[in-house]
Amino acid sequence: MAHAHSVKRHTGLMDWLTTVDHKKIAILYLLAGGLFFGFGGVEALLIRLQLIKPMNDLVSAQTFNELITMHGTTMIFLGVMPVIFALMNAVIPLQIGARDVAFPFVNALGFWTFLFGGILLNLSWIMGGAPDAGWTAYTPLSTSTYSTTHGVDFYTVGLQIAGLGTLIGGINFLATIITMRAPGMSFMRMPMFTWTSFITSAMILFAFPAITVGLVLLSFDRILGANFFEVSNGGNPVLWQHIFWIFGHPEVYILILPAFGVISEVIPTFARKRLFGYSSMVFATILIAFLGFMVWAHHMFTTGLGPIANALFSIATMLIAVPTGIKIFNWLFTMWGGQIRFTSANLFAIGFVPTFVMGGVTGVMLASAPADYQFHDTYFVVAHFHYVIVGGLVFGLFAGLHYWWPKMFGRVLNETIGKWTFWFFAIGFHLTFFVQHFLGLMGMQRRIFTYLPNQDFDTLNLVSTVGAFLMAVGVLLFLFNCFMTAAKPKGVANDPWEDGRTLEWAIPSPPPEYNFKQIPLVRGLDAYWKEKMAGNKEMTPAEPLGSIHMPSPTILPFVMSVGIFIAGLGLMFSSEKFNNSFMSMIFNNWIVVIIGLVITFGSMLLRSLFDDHGWHIEPEELEEEGVKA
Amino acid sequence: MTSAHAESVNGSLPHEPEKATLEGRNKVLGFWLFLGGESVLFGTLFATFLALRNQTNDGPTAHELFSLPTTAAATLILLVSSLTSVFAVQAMHRHKAAALRLWLIITVILGLGFLGLEVYEFHEYVTAEKFGMTTSAFSSAFYTLVGFHGAHVAFGVCWIGILIGQLYKKGLTVVTAPKVYVSAMYWHFIDVVWVFIFSVVYLLGKVG
Amino acid sequence: MCFQRSLRKWKKWGRSMMKRWQAVKRLLPLLAVFSLLLAGCGREDLSVLRPQGPVAQEQLGLMKLAISIMIVVLVIVFAIAAYVLVKFRRRKGQNGVPEQVEGNFKLEIIWTVIPLVLVIILAVPTVQQIFAFGDDHYNDKDAVQVKVTSHQYWWEFEYPQYGVKTAQTLVIPTGKKIAFELKTADVLHSFWVPSLSGKMDTNPDGTINRFSFSADKEGVYRGKCAELCGPSHGFMEFKVKAVNGDSFNNWVTAMKAPAVLPEDPALAETFKKQCLSCHAVGDQGGPVGPNLTGIGSRESVAGILLNEGQDGGKPVKENLKEWLMDPQAVKPGNKMPNPKDLGLTDEQIDGIADYLANYKLNY
Repeated sequence: MAHAHSVKRHTGLMDWLTTVDHKKIAILYLLAGGLFFGFGGVEALLIRLQLIKPMNDLVSAQTFNELITMHGTTMIFLGVMPVIFALMNAVIPLQIGARDVAFPFVNALGFWTFLFGGILLNLSWIMGGAPDAGWTAYTPLSTSTYSTTHGVDFYTVGLQIAGLGTLIGGINFLATIITMRAPGMSFMRMPMFTWTSFITSAMILFAFPAITVGLVLLSFDRILGANFFEVSNGGNPVLWQHIFWIFGHPEVYILILPAFGVISEVIPTFARKRLFGYSSMVFATILIAFLGFMVWAHHMFTTGLGPIANALFSIATMLIAVPTGIKIFNWLFTMWGGQIRFTSANLFAIGFVPTFVMGGVTGVMLASAPADYQFHDTYFVVAHFHYVIVGGLVFGLFAGLHYWWPKMFGRVLNETIGKWTFWFFAIGFHLTFFVQHFLGLMGMQRRIFTYLPNQDFDTLNLVSTVGAFLMAVGVLLFLFNCFMTAAKPKGVANDPWEDGRTLEWAIPSPPPEYNFKQIPLVRGLDAYWKEKMAGNKEMTPAEPLGSIHMPSPTILPFVMSVGIFIAGLGLMFSSEKFNNSFMSMIFNNWIVVIIGLVITFGSMLLRSLFDDHGWHIEPEELEEEGVKA
Repeated sequence: MTSAHAESVNGSLPHEPEKATLEGRNKVLGFWLFLGGESVLFGTLFATFLALRNQTNDGPTAHELFSLPTTAAATLILLVSSLTSVFAVQAMHRHKAAALRLWLIITVILGLGFLGLEVYEFHEYVTAEKFGMTTSAFSSAFYTLVGFHGAHVAFGVCWIGILIGQLYKKGLTVVTAPKVYVSAMYWHFIDVVWVFIFSVVYLLGKVG
Repeated sequence: MCFQRSLRKWKKWGRSMMKRWQAVKRLLPLLAVFSLLLAGCGREDLSVLRPQGPVAQEQLGLMKLAISIMIVVLVIVFAIAAYVLVKFRRRKGQNGVPEQVEGNFKLEIIWTVIPLVLVIILAVPTVQQIFAFGDDHYNDKDAVQVKVTSHQYWWEFEYPQYGVKTAQTLVIPTGKKIAFELKTADVLHSFWVPSLSGKMDTNPDGTINRFSFSADKEGVYRGKCAELCGPSHGFMEFKVKAVNGDSFNNWVTAMKAPAVLPEDPALAETFKKQCLSCHAVGDQGGPVGPNLTGIGSRESVAGILLNEGQDGGKPVKENLKEWLMDPQAVKPGNKMPNPKDLGLTDEQIDGIADYLANYKLNY
C-alpha cells in the first residue's frame, strides 16, 4: 500500500479557490461564463435598443462602438469559450473513464488566468473607456494614434491573459484525451463529444499562439512605440488582418466543433439509436479543422489581396460545406428509425440542425468572393455569423447544459421551463437575425451606430430588436430554471435519461471526486449502452479495488493568475501620466509589472520546489461510501 | 498513478526515469504539445519579420547592422549547449547524478554566455547605431523576434539553474527526472529556433 | 414592381447561364419563389437587390445562383427533418430498442458527392468573376480615372485626367468605365456603392487598391463607408451622381472655373482666412478639408445632411447652418474645428452658409 500523505482539505470559499477537481472547475467555468454571457447579453440589448429606430440617440456614437467591441469580444472569448470548457471539464474525464485530467494543477491555472483576463477586460468600462475598434481591432483604428483611451490596451492585455488560460486548458485536454483513456477505449471508440473536444483543443493549440503574437505586436505599438502597424514608419496594417484571422477563423471552428459534439451525444440518446456514420463524423471533424486553418483570408476579400488569393480562398471555404453537410445528414439519419423524445435538451439539439444549416448556407454564399464584395461588412454577415454562433453554438450549449445538468449537479432541470426557454429563445433568435440578411442586402452596413430614415431599414430593425428581447426572456427563463432547480434536493439516478450511452451515465450523479471507484473496461463504442444491452447494470472494472491517488488542492493557480493580472495592469499604465507622484513612481518605473511577475514566477517556483505528493483515498473509505449510498 | 513515490523511495530507477510514472509521461507529452504551440508562436513572429524586414524607414538596414562573427559565435555557443544538454540527459539515463549536474551547469554557463553576447549586441545597436525599438518597422520586428527568443533563453537558464539546485537537494528521482528531460526538450527547441533566426534574420539580412 | 423587374432581369441572366450549366434549369421555379420573397427589396439607389450597373448586376447574378443552390439544400434538409420528426417520435408505451444502424456507405457517399457537385457549380462562375473583377482597367484608354482618398469621415475624389478634385459627391458620366484607385489618409475605410458595385477597402500607401464600375443610367446613388472607422462611421456617406457625357464635361469645366468668393469683401476675407486654410474652392484654398467648389448643388452637406430633392431633405442653407453651428453634433469625432471656436459670429456663419448654398455649378 502506498503511504498516505496528510492533506489540508478546505471548505467554503477556500475550497473553490484551491480546487483542482475537474468537476468543480467545470462549475467555476460555468459561473464565470454565465457572468460574462450576461454582460455580453446586456450589451447586445443596448445595441438593439439603439438601432430600434432611425437617428436614435440612446447612446453616443463612441459608446456604441465600445458596446459592439465589448459585445463581440466578450461573447467570443469570455462568454461561450468558458461554457465550452465547463462542459469539457464536466464530461470528458467521465466519458473516457478517467479519474481526473492529465494536469489538474494546470487545469485550475487555466481557469483562473482566463477569469482574471476577462475581469481585466471588463474593468475597462469603469477605468476610462472600453475598447472601441471592434472585436477585430483593425489597425490603424486600434493604434494609439486613433484610439486614444486605454480601451484597446485593456483589449490586448485582457485577451492576452484570457487567451493564455484557454491555451493551457487546450493543452490539458489534448494530453488528457491522449493518455487518460480507460483500458479498451481506443480512439475510434471515443464518444463524439470527446472527439470534437480533442480536435478543438488541437485547434486551440495551433491558433491561439498566433493571436498571442498579434496582441503582443499591437501592444508593443501602443505601449512601447513600435512600428508594426505604423504606416509612416514602414509598418503594414494589413499584416494585423492576416494575423488576426489566421487565429480568428480557426477560432470559430474551435467554438462550433464542441457544439457538434454535444449534438452528436444528445440526438442518439433521445433517439435511442447509435450515432449514424460515426467514423465519417470523426473524419468530417478532422477535415473541418484542417480546412479551418486554410481559409482565413475569406474575411479579407475586400482588402485587395488579388484575384489568385481570392479564388483559392473562395474554393477552400466552399469545400468546408462538404464535411459539414456530412454531419448534418448523419444527425438526420441518426433520428431516422429511432424513437425521438422531445426533452428540452433534444429540442435544442433538433432546433440546432435546421438553424445551423441556414447559417451554413449563407456561409457558402459568403465564400463566393464577388458576391462577398457586396455582403462583406453588412448586416448579411452579422446575420450569418449569429446564425452559426447563436443558432449553432449557443443552441448546442443549451442542449448540452440541459443534458448534462443532472450529471453536474445531481438535479434535472425543470422540463416545462426548459421547453419554454427553447421556444422563446428559438423564435426570438430567428426574429432577430433572419431579417438582418435583408437589411444587409438593402444596403445597411454593420457597426453603424444609427441610420437615416427613408432607407427601408426601419421596420426590419424594429423586428430585430423585438426578437432580441424575446431571446432575453428565454435566457432569463433558463436562469430562473437553474435557481429553482438548485433549491430542489439532489438525488437523480446514475442515468436519469434512461438511454445514456456513454461512460458518464454509469456513475452517480454528481460523481464522487474520484469519479470511478474502479476504472471501467471499455468493450466498444457507446460503452455503457453496450453493457446495458448485454444485461449488465454496471461497467466491468478493469482493475481491482485499490487505493486512489488524488492531487492536493492548492491556492497557487489563483495566486499566479493574480500576479499576471497585476503585471498586466502595470504594463498598460506604464507610460501613463499620473497626477499622483506615488502612482507615477510605481507604474512608470515598471515596479507594478515586476511585482506581478514576481508573484507569478514565485508561485511557479514554489510549485516546482515543493513536490505535490497528493493524497489517497483508501479502499475502506470507498466501501463505506458504498454502504452509505 | 499509485507507484509514483514508491519507486523514488526504493531508489531503484528504471532506465528512462522520466517516463516511469504517468505524471512523468503526461509531463513529457504535455510539453511536446506546448512546443507545438510555441512553434506557431515563433512561426508568426518569423512571418511578421519577413513581411517587415525591408521596411527600414531611414534607419539602419540589416546589411549595415549585422556582424556575422558575433552571431556566429553566439550560434556556436548555443549549439554546443544543446549538445551538453544531450550529455546531461544521457547521464541521467545512466543514473549518474553528478555527471548530470555537471553537464547542466555547463549548459547554463553556455546559455549565460549567449545571453551576454546578445545583450552586448543589442546595446551596440541602440547606442552606436541608433537602432531602437521605435526606429522602423524592421527594428520593431527584429527586436520582437530576437528578443522573444532571448527571453526564452533567459527563462531556460533560470529554469535549469533551479533544477540543478533541486537535483542537489532531492537527488535524481522519478519526480525530478521528467523535469530535467522536459527542460532539455525546451533547450533544444530554443536552439532550433535560433538556427532559424540565424539564417532568416542574420544570413538573409547580410546576403539578401 | 421590384419583383417583376428582377424576374425579367433574372430570366435574361438565366438564359445566358443555362448554356453553361444545365443544372440551373431545375432551379428556375425556386428562383421565382425567392424573387417573390424579396418583394420589398429596398431603395433603387441603395439596394444590392436592385442593381443599376453591370458590375452590381453580375454580382447579384452570382448571389442568385448561390442562393438557389442553397435553397435546394435547405428544402432537402428541412423535408428530411420534418419527416423524421413526425414519423419517428417515441409513442406511448414504445419500449423496444430500435435497430442500431452503424451507417450506410452508399448514403454517405451520396451526401458527400452531391454537396461537392453543388460547390463546384458555384465555384466555377465564382472564379470566373473573381478574375473578371480583378482586371485592372485604370489605364484603359476610355476609362475615367478617379483617385478616391478616404478621410475620417469624408470622401475625396480626384480626377487626374481632368485636374479636378471634389468631395462627398462623385460625379460620373453614364456608360463609361470609372476606374478607381483607392487609398486612405488615416484609418481603413471601405468604398461601397451597393447599387453599382461591391465594396473595396481603402488602405494606406503600399496597399492601394484598384477597381472599376459603371452606371447604366443617370441618377444619384448612395454610397457608404463599410469598414468601422470611428464614431461617425455610420455617417460617412457619399453620393454618386451619374450624368450624361455632355453634362459631365460641363461639370469639369465648371469645376475648373475660377473660384467664386462671397460678395461682401469682409465676409470674403473671413472666409479666406478661416475656411480656406483647410478647404478649397476652385483654384484657391488648401487640401486638408473637403473641397467646397459648387457645394450648393450637391445632394448633401457633410455627406449625411440630405438636401432638398432627396428623401426627407432640407434646404441646403439650413443644412449648412446646422453643420457650421456645431459640426460635432452632426458627425461626432470629425476633425473640423467648430467655427465658433475660430471666432466666427452667428451672422458670419449665416453669411457663409448663404454664400455656400448659392455656390452652384451649372451642368
